[in-house]
Amino acid sequence: MRREPLSTCSDWSFELIEQYDREIGRIAHEKFGLDTYPNQIEVISAEQMMDAYASVGMPVGYHHWSYGKHFLSTEKRYRRGQMGLAYEIVINSNPCIAYLMEENTMMMQALVIAHASYGHNSFFKGNYLFRTWTDAESIIDYLVFARNYVSRCEERHGVRAVEDILDSCHALMNYGVDRYKRPHPISAEEEESRQREREEYLQQQINMLWRTIPQLDKKRGGKNQKYPRFPEEPQENLLYFIEKNAPLLESWQRELVRIVRKIAQYFYPQRQTQVMNEGWACFWHYTLINELYNEGLVTDGFMIEFLQSHTSVIQQPPYDSPYYSGINPYTLGFHMMQDLRRICENPTDEDRRFLPDVAGSDWRETMDFAMRNYKDESFIQQFLSPRVIRNLRLFCLLDDDDRSELSITAIHDEEGYRYVRQCLSEQYNLSFREPNIQVYSVDMRGDRSLTLHHVRHNRMPLQEEDSREVLRHLHRLWGFDIHLHSLQDDEVVQSLHMPEAEEDRETA
Amino acid sequence: MSYIIDRRPNAKNKSAVNRQRFLERYRGHIKKAVSEAVGKRSITDLERGESIGIPTRDISEPSFHHGKGGRHEGVLPGNKEFSTGDSLPRPQGGAGGGGGGSASDSGEGQDEFVFQITQDEFLEFMFEDLELPYLVKRRLAGLDSFKYVRGGIVNQGIPARINIIRSLRAAHARRISLTGANRRKLRELEAELEEIMKLEPFQRDAHRVGELEAEIERLRGRILRVPFIDEFDLKYNFNVRRPNPTSSAVMFCLMDVSGSMTQHTKEIAKRFFLLLYLFLKRNYDRIEVVFIRHHTSAREVEEEEFFYSRETGGTIVSSALKLMKDIIRERYPVAEWNIYGAQASDGDNWNDDSPLCSKLLMDDIMPYLQYYAYVEITPRDHQALWQEYQKVQEAYDETFAMRQLVDIADIYPVFRDLFARRAA
Repeated sequence: MRREPLSTCSDWSFELIEQYDREIGRIAHEKFGLDTYPNQIEVISAEQMMDAYASVGMPVGYHHWSYGKHFLSTEKRYRRGQMGLAYEIVINSNPCIAYLMEENTMMMQALVIAHASYGHNSFFKGNYLFRTWTDAESIIDYLVFARNYVSRCEERHGVRAVEDILDSCHALMNYGVDRYKRPHPISAEEEESRQREREEYLQQQINMLWRTIPQLDKKRGGKNQKYPRFPEEPQENLLYFIEKNAPLLESWQRELVRIVRKIAQYFYPQRQTQVMNEGWACFWHYTLINELYNEGLVTDGFMIEFLQSHTSVIQQPPYDSPYYSGINPYTLGFHMMQDLRRICENPTDEDRRFLPDVAGSDWRETMDFAMRNYKDESFIQQFLSPRVIRNLRLFCLLDDDDRSELSITAIHDEEGYRYVRQCLSEQYNLSFREPNIQVYSVDMRGDRSLTLHHVRHNRMPLQEEDSREVLRHLHRLWGFDIHLHSLQDDEVVQSLHMPEAEEDRETA
Repeated sequence: MSYIIDRRPNAKNKSAVNRQRFLERYRGHIKKAVSEAVGKRSITDLERGESIGIPTRDISEPSFHHGKGGRHEGVLPGNKEFSTGDSLPRPQGGAGGGGGGSASDSGEGQDEFVFQITQDEFLEFMFEDLELPYLVKRRLAGLDSFKYVRGGIVNQGIPARINIIRSLRAAHARRISLTGANRRKLRELEAELEEIMKLEPFQRDAHRVGELEAEIERLRGRILRVPFIDEFDLKYNFNVRRPNPTSSAVMFCLMDVSGSMTQHTKEIAKRFFLLLYLFLKRNYDRIEVVFIRHHTSAREVEEEEFFYSRETGGTIVSSALKLMKDIIRERYPVAEWNIYGAQASDGDNWNDDSPLCSKLLMDDIMPYLQYYAYVEITPRDHQALWQEYQKVQEAYDETFAMRQLVDIADIYPVFRDLFARRAA
């Protein structure tokens, strides 16, 4: 059923984009059964792309100097030709917004449509993390609400005051997410009306908490026994804790904390599914465009150009290359997805041993299942096959400060596959990558100081200088002393205080 | 179902506000970088942007992350020579070898955050806090010197402005248009009457003649009743009140080119002049520059000659001031021009001449000037000219400034100093 090519020259037009989109959509939906949100494809200029880039992909963002900083560095690198602009930016919303840059050729537009509007889009709609944590229907409305709220605050309280709070919140952004508790989605209007209610009640509630006049208790040891600890259990969501319990914040400041927290939560799934999300999107643009070619809808020249872009996206420089900057999530993801399909269609004995449940199954069902129910960490744990490990020549390197030398703990061989897989999976576990810091207690009867605990993983210490800066921000939000203890096997091995304590300075 | 939207016409500078916020926040850093850049650059290329470096530390957005130490185990791609159990020495420079996720994210090793500001922003930062003295005042005061220029023809106005030709032309046109039909009819009737009159009297239709005559009479009356000139024919000249070109300035550059001035001294003077020129250029639409060089006699010259030709001989400063006074009188009426003077010298002057200089300045020049800056480029002690000029400064505290320059690096501070925004 070969048909006439849709286009033969490399210039794009709106009609052509529409035709390509129709064909790609047809193949994606009818042939491969992808389930997507409706698409909103927006053509923008390079400058607008830089704007979008600077606001970390949010189509509407509140104003903050840090976005200006990102913009300046993006602009500089782009002008110097040190980087190409974003391959695509796609927003997890309904309809799913994808940006096409006007400078692109028709091939690139088709590639981006396949990648973003069908690949990422179906991932956003299907993956459990996105389904649970983000609300594609209302995110744009919420961002608009946030932006308006922030600018109202700026009018009323001054840019600087708002900026201070936002700075502090940004420093704690990664600690503004609930990892396990599930929120339930609410609409933007609801959000706004609730915000007003919150404002009224929150302050009362806080006052309740601090109602008792603090008693001067010289003997610190005695007081924890007398009263229950607050919070009763350690809290991982620092921003949430601050929003609800910080004694001195005004209600608008609480609302700002909440806004940053909400946005952090919105991006949290993306941070947990980088490999999968990009891998899924790359797999689909590769599959869809090849299908277009099989049907004769694109020319040989188009395909050559396509393969050239595709290979440069998924290239992985080796660890000793000057271009090496970590494992390329596109590469890892694409290889894993491709291999998953191969294992389903043409399994080898090795695959049957490693992935018995998957080998020989229907590839579309299996891949759909994987896309829906995993995140990077578990996806790698479950589906990283020996062949991918061999192809990327992955190996494990151990850097232990107890030993004088680095050592290779596993390579891509029969004994190493499982170890490499385990190790790589851990590498994508956010709770290992980021220091595990939780609110431990508040000295409610005493000086109202806030104590945080850092539980060390693999004896890794905190970077002191930056942590101190973060504590300074936390101190601004909390308003009273902050103590941070780093624990190794339940023993305090490192302590930071803000404002810095006397003994702290003496040792320093 | 897809929607395709062309967003290109939307506003481009979505990030402009954020960018501005960033510049505002790090104003101090940027200003410092700018004034360093001014010191380094050749003054002639102030017409471009500048890349500004700010220590990354100062603008970092901190977050909790792991520090050095502990046990890092990471997966890396592209193994070539290793096999399990191999040991290798730790690379110099710390934890980078671990390859853990946190190490690559932090972007260490970049000490400066470097970005570009545009030429406009560059100059803005450079001239910040500087203000030409009384520029604002002059602009306000300038409102009383208006010029009226023709602004076309209008239908309303005062009798003194009636444009006679246009008014009559309009009246004529109106008459033609209003009476055209009647006159055509009149001509037809007159022709008919004439035909009838050519006949013998007995052949005439007396009734018809009477009719025609009455009709002709009536038509003539009607034509006559159309007024020769009517109110709405009147056209008036329209004049626009345009403020005098207070937005133009003339800058006098006076320089001593006698034997004692070395090329190095002249280079310093040149930079000072150019800086002043650039500064004026930002405040005035139109600037003229007059170069006057002098030794014992003064001459108006082209820029090239001004800076690069060399003469020998003594020095009589008053010759230049005299020339300046004459040029102002001839070409730059004070009502239309903002006049600035800048004089550079090494301080040498014919001793008897110095009192004359201050007298010339006080009586004939300073009253007309917006500002006069005198820089003495010398490491030596002041001479008579300086002392005389100090008297001028006392008299014209607001508009006369003098400073001593020793080295090229002094220019910018002195320049800033000279034009520093005055309190109140």
